[in-house]
Amino acid sequence: MRALKIIVFVLLSCFASVSLAWSGEAEIRASIAQLATAKGFPEIEKIVKDLAALGDPLVNPALTALADGNLQVRKSDNAIFITRDGGAGVALIDPVTGEDAGEAAKADVVKIKVNNGLRRIIRDSLGNLTLQSPDTATRLQAAQTIFRNSDASQLVALDAAISSEKISAVKTQMELARASAILNSDRGDDEKIAAITLIKERGGRDALSLLTATEAKTNGLVKDQAGAAVASIERSLAFWATGQNVWYGLSLGSVLLLAAIGLAITFGVMGVINMAHGEMVMLGAYTTFVTQDIIRDSFPGLFDWSLLIALPLAFLVAAIVGVIIERGIIRHLYGRPLETLLATWGVSLILQQGVRSIFGPTNQEVGNPSWMSGSFQIGELDITWNRLWIIVFSLIVFFVLLVALNRTPLGLQMRAVTQNRRMASAMGIRTPFVDSMTFALGSGIAGIAGVALSQIDNVSPNLGQSYIIDSFMVVVFGGVGNLWGTLVGALSLGILNKFLEPFAGAVLGKILVLILIILFIQKRPRGLFALKGRAVEA
Amino acid sequence: MILTRFFMGGFDRRITILIVLLLLLALLVPMLHLLMPPTSFFHVPTFMVALLGKYLTYALLALSLDLVWGYCGILSLGHGAFFALGGYAMGMYLMRQIGSRGSYGNAELPDFMVFLNWKELPWFWYGFDSFAFAMLMVMLVPGLLAFVFGWFAFRSRVTGVYLSIITQAMTYALMLAFFRNNMGFGGNNGLTDFKDILGFNVQAPETRMALFAASAVALCLGILVTSALVNSKYGKLMIGVRDSESRLRFLGYRPESIKLVAFTVSAVMAGVAGALYVPQVGIINPGEFEPGNSIEVVIWTAVGGRGTIVGPVIGALLVNAGKSWFTGVLPEFWLFALGGLFVFVTLFMPKGVVGVWASFKTRWRAKPPAEISQPAEAQT
Repeated sequence: MRALKIIVFVLLSCFASVSLAWSGEAEIRASIAQLATAKGFPEIEKIVKDLAALGDPLVNPALTALADGNLQVRKSDNAIFITRDGGAGVALIDPVTGEDAGEAAKADVVKIKVNNGLRRIIRDSLGNLTLQSPDTATRLQAAQTIFRNSDASQLVALDAAISSEKISAVKTQMELARASAILNSDRGDDEKIAAITLIKERGGRDALSLLTATEAKTNGLVKDQAGAAVASIERSLAFWATGQNVWYGLSLGSVLLLAAIGLAITFGVMGVINMAHGEMVMLGAYTTFVTQDIIRDSFPGLFDWSLLIALPLAFLVAAIVGVIIERGIIRHLYGRPLETLLATWGVSLILQQGVRSIFGPTNQEVGNPSWMSGSFQIGELDITWNRLWIIVFSLIVFFVLLVALNRTPLGLQMRAVTQNRRMASAMGIRTPFVDSMTFALGSGIAGIAGVALSQIDNVSPNLGQSYIIDSFMVVVFGGVGNLWGTLVGALSLGILNKFLEPFAGAVLGKILVLILIILFIQKRPRGLFALKGRAVEA
Repeated sequence: MILTRFFMGGFDRRITILIVLLLLLALLVPMLHLLMPPTSFFHVPTFMVALLGKYLTYALLALSLDLVWGYCGILSLGHGAFFALGGYAMGMYLMRQIGSRGSYGNAELPDFMVFLNWKELPWFWYGFDSFAFAMLMVMLVPGLLAFVFGWFAFRSRVTGVYLSIITQAMTYALMLAFFRNNMGFGGNNGLTDFKDILGFNVQAPETRMALFAASAVALCLGILVTSALVNSKYGKLMIGVRDSESRLRFLGYRPESIKLVAFTVSAVMAGVAGALYVPQVGIINPGEFEPGNSIEVVIWTAVGGRGTIVGPVIGALLVNAGKSWFTGVLPEFWLFALGGLFVFVTLFMPKGVVGVWASFKTRWRAKPPAEISQPAEAQT
């Protein structure tokens, strides 16, 4: 039936020089149908312009498909369809109503060819068309498209759209688009300068390229104004780029902080070199993986909560392993830091191989809950939620730990044992118990860090290895035995790394940072915030 | 005369036995390989010779670490870097010997440079056509790095675990650097596909035997130098640094110079070991800089017994033989075994195999053990 209908349209359109009397849909169909018989690009161009002149959003799908090369003609009856690849042949879609129109073999349809010039025309006319669309998002999109790719011919349409626009945000975009079109037209200097001012306020990369082009092709006052505007936008872009670097640096710094903060307790407070610290992070990440796996299988509704559920579990798992290591090995090696280093390295090898034997050597898939995926923009800054949450999380961990060390009885005992073990013992503090608890706390925090890192890094048996040297650097740089030093050390190393990266490259930047730290340790062997007094040599 | 006394001064029976054994090995293994028919029971197969040769270079590496750790109390976690640098110097010489026989047939440039579209040889490759120059670099580059690094570190009194961690950072930074293609050392593929050494084919059995014998002789020389150093007056100072650095300083010595000499000599030894290692395994790549490798060297030394001369040699041979056996039979368990070894040795055998043997002898003969200098229990 439909085919018959279209044939009728085709026939009609052949002698339809006066098709104005027809109503919307039929008229569009008629114009589209002409495409089947159009010869060469000029003819297609004319049809496209006719279609656009109708000013009806119904032509959008067909024009879009035409530009994308998805508008095809069925050989048997010259009917036109939007096609989509599917199965053996292609799926046919009605170009006007968007309804499903069956299937056809690939050989039965032929594509309507377009060239780049034609595509540009289609895009422009679509931009004009959609300016009047009833959908707000489409109008906004259209205004933004025109802004990037404007043309004096669009001014009329823009003026019409601006006068009828009710929503102020869309109107602003349209005015920007109009300003952009003015710059590309031969209007007077006053109008152009006003346009430049408007675009300068908008800022951004698109505005920059637009104004640079304007500066190149104009002269006199307009050229000066455009030049000034370019300089101003470049300054603001440089500012935002610095901001973005700081953001990346903070993000890296927070990761370093998470990895190093547990170490700051075991190494900084207890003076124990724990080379298996990275493996505690890894255990935390694997705990997250197992937790998510169970939740996915049994309680899919809780998936968004999986990380919060994994946090205490990861703390427990890592803390228990930590206590076992402390009671089993490190306890016998107090006062012999080099031996502790070797023994814990051995433990780290065993833990890695253990995890590899159980879970396999490949990366495990840990999912992002919905509140951690996606991103948003502040000015020119691109901020992803997971990075933001990790920064927030690392700061929370830091401050909770600070309070725990300074305001709780256990923290008091820990500090007492650190400062003078024998005196603390004489005052009735059970030093072995405090040692265990301190080590458990440091390990548990590493486990928590693993939960966070599982969101941004590969969860594999080697996860911990990649952090161990960096976290030692942070602790050594920041100063042993001082949590604030760790915070400052982590954040400044993170930011330094990200600022070196653009001109030195990622690897060379990292090497430079390592060299800087090595040199820094020469100057201040005990780090940024060194302990002073008798505790140092004890 | 003085030189003879310097070298023979601290000889004890065990070192003599070890050197005699090594020299015998250097003679016997090549003879058994070349003269015995392949079917004979006494024939040593090629892979075995290559494996033993590799172990001998490892033993030299362990000995070099023992010089700084066992005698001077500096736990270096970056000795693999000196080993690898020596290896790279040798590898560069071997690359230059390939000449136009590479896959691209370029007489001027090694294959990887042609591949990276480089037009001319970078300046740091100049001179590596000459064997003598390359051998000089084998010792000079690690030695110089150790000297500069040690000069900075010891002068500002970076000691103990801090020093261990920054040596680890050093080898890590070098690893990252050598992984870069534009460093000019072949990126992550490293240097390989060697053809000739001194005009002899690297793959030929005779060359392999010569390299094996050279490794054994180099190890003997290393033992001689170490024992001479350790038993000289300077050696007493080294032990002084290890056991009580501040006391030595109060007595008017400069611990930093003592440490610097030991560190540099040790790095040169490690470099020589690396240079002998490369032609025998046929490749050098940035993986040798991995921090894990350097820590493994520490365990060889610890297993054998640090602060002794025979200890590290025995330790390196034992642990590596164990590694070869494990990776052949139970590859999954090697890391468990190695990790367990680290824990076991530090907890129960702080003086290593040699220490266990000594206390065993004391118990049976009720006679004081042969003089071995044992590290004091508390360090740093």
